[in-house]
Amino acid sequence: MKVHEYQAKELFRKYGVPVPEGAVAASPKEAADHVRAMGGRAVIKAQVHAGGRGKAGGVKVVSSPEEGEKYAAGLIGSRLVTHQTGPEGVPVDRVLVEELIDIARELYVSVIVEPSLRMPVMIASAAGGMDIEEVAAKTPEKIVQIAIDPVIGFQPYMGRKAARGLGLPQELVRPAGALFANLFRLFEGLDCTLAEVNPLAITADNRLLAADAKLAFDDDALRRHPELAELRDDRQEDPLDVEANRADVNYIRLDGEVGCMVNGAGLAMATLDLIGQMGSQPANFLDVGGGASEEQISRAFTIMLADPKVKKVLINIFGGILRCDVAARGIVAGAREKGIDLPLVVRMRGTNAEEGRRILAESGLRVVIADNLQDAAQKVVQAV
Amino acid sequence: MSILVDRSTRLLVQGFTGNEGTFHSERCIEYGANIVAGVTPGKGGTTHLDRPVFDSVAEAIEATQANAGMIFVPPAFAADAILEAADAGLQTVACITEGIPVLDMVRVSRFLEGTATRLIGPNCPGVISPGEKCKAGIMPGNIHLPGNVGVVSRSGTLTYEAVAQLTERGIGQSTCVGIGGDPIVGSTFVDILALFEQDPETEAVVMIGEIGGTKEQEAADYIKASMSKPVVCFIAGGSAPPGRRMGHAGAIITGVSGTAEAKVAALRAAGAIIVESPAGIGDAMAEVLKG
Repeated sequence: MKVHEYQAKELFRKYGVPVPEGAVAASPKEAADHVRAMGGRAVIKAQVHAGGRGKAGGVKVVSSPEEGEKYAAGLIGSRLVTHQTGPEGVPVDRVLVEELIDIARELYVSVIVEPSLRMPVMIASAAGGMDIEEVAAKTPEKIVQIAIDPVIGFQPYMGRKAARGLGLPQELVRPAGALFANLFRLFEGLDCTLAEVNPLAITADNRLLAADAKLAFDDDALRRHPELAELRDDRQEDPLDVEANRADVNYIRLDGEVGCMVNGAGLAMATLDLIGQMGSQPANFLDVGGGASEEQISRAFTIMLADPKVKKVLINIFGGILRCDVAARGIVAGAREKGIDLPLVVRMRGTNAEEGRRILAESGLRVVIADNLQDAAQKVVQAV
Repeated sequence: MSILVDRSTRLLVQGFTGNEGTFHSERCIEYGANIVAGVTPGKGGTTHLDRPVFDSVAEAIEATQANAGMIFVPPAFAADAILEAADAGLQTVACITEGIPVLDMVRVSRFLEGTATRLIGPNCPGVISPGEKCKAGIMPGNIHLPGNVGVVSRSGTLTYEAVAQLTERGIGQSTCVGIGGDPIVGSTFVDILALFEQDPETEAVVMIGEIGGTKEQEAADYIKASMSKPVVCFIAGGSAPPGRRMGHAGAIITGVSGTAEAKVAALRAAGAIIVESPAGIGDAMAEVLKG
């Protein structure tokens, strides 16, 4: 789960990671009031779950409450398109109004879990304000990585090591160490998958401030952090993704024309790969999981069909725990609800496959039965 | 012969009396697995599926000499169940549970380093050795055939697909291992490839990887340095968009090394046989075995 910058910064404050003074506004009037309270000058930042806001026109320094109000009026209620959002953009419902800070240097620091080390790693870089993947590719010597063994947790020497690696002056080593320790405490305490500060600013008066803040939380750990639930903003996500999330299936919208419904993530990815290799393009990734119910399958099927790009459908079910007859009943229910007339190529194997195929064949839907994976991909690519 | 589980495996099931534990334990018993005990805290002293139930793994081992485990405990308690199994000294533990928090697995995998326990999973289908009639997992038993090909995979149903392709061509399996789709798992490709390399009955291996992480590259290094047996590889997710989580928490492309292209290139350079189409796994292995 992602959260907005203003929400991340509130958590930063709580955990002792210093951030600029700021306040969130949901209306232009409110934004103007905040600018006034900050002495008439401030920076206004669109609050969306996407990077690249600056280049997209979502961040601006304003020099008066009136200018702030006007700029906020243009943002709030609009959709911001950045290089990370796709052409439809994401809605801006709020802006963050922050004090102007005089930045002398920009640094980078983040914490992630590194699977190859099986532990969290703090990544610090002297090249702040840049995409860390780009820094890693071009100037890897500018990156310091510190593995944080769960046996000992974050130790003061790690903070000093990161500070030295960033080339910080002596007087900033101690505050930086505290900041890094607190950032890790937040990462661990709230089960983050990412805690990122980019840029971490050194101000002209030699203070460290998190000029931006990005947090993502482990969905599997949300149940032990009920306080985070209210930070969710479903409006930032694809509505079909949100609905799929509620139905407890994995759906990702893609650009092609073949709607795909598969059980299991690996088989679903492989099915998309094969469709691509056969010369067509999948409209979505949809994994209904190992033990879906008829109701879940039916909802998943209608979610997939809600995408107008879908011109034909491939269903690939390898029954194990999920019985093919259950899947078939769910598909028929979903198709009836939507009243569709699209070709459905069906490949079913495993538990109760024959029964599943019979249910589909007798459903009155335009069903094409395929024998195996190859045959299914061929038939769906040819189907019209 | 086989790896990890065989005829002598005495299986213990944590979360035995729950719905999933019951359903899958029944299937494993039908297949021929020797389930000797169940563990559900608070239900010790009862019996379930004609097997004794214990309050703790240690008590179950003492009474039944169980030496391997299978875990169906809900995600909030699964890390604890793995730790208990390791503390009690089970040799091989397959954790089927999906949805364990990543930081739980960070602590678990660090703890396991000091124990003799080999963890398979979590978020995996488990392990099956068809010739030994031992199934410690949720895979459909009837698609398997005893034989000499090892299968190792990050996926569940895609593994079944590969196994079915092998079986249809009369190619049997020594052992099939699902290592799990999470970012942190107990056993990696390298661990399992090393076991297959040492197993005299395994002649060749099918390895099914996917996008995300660097586990396939580590496997490529191992194959190049230490593997004498042929390895047929398929990598799923070549058509996936970067930055999106494709169902498996591990299957997210966050850097160049996580792409299918990078993995395929590394494996090919290491001498593995690459299958481009997921429908071609069985044929590729048939070709390899023909010599």
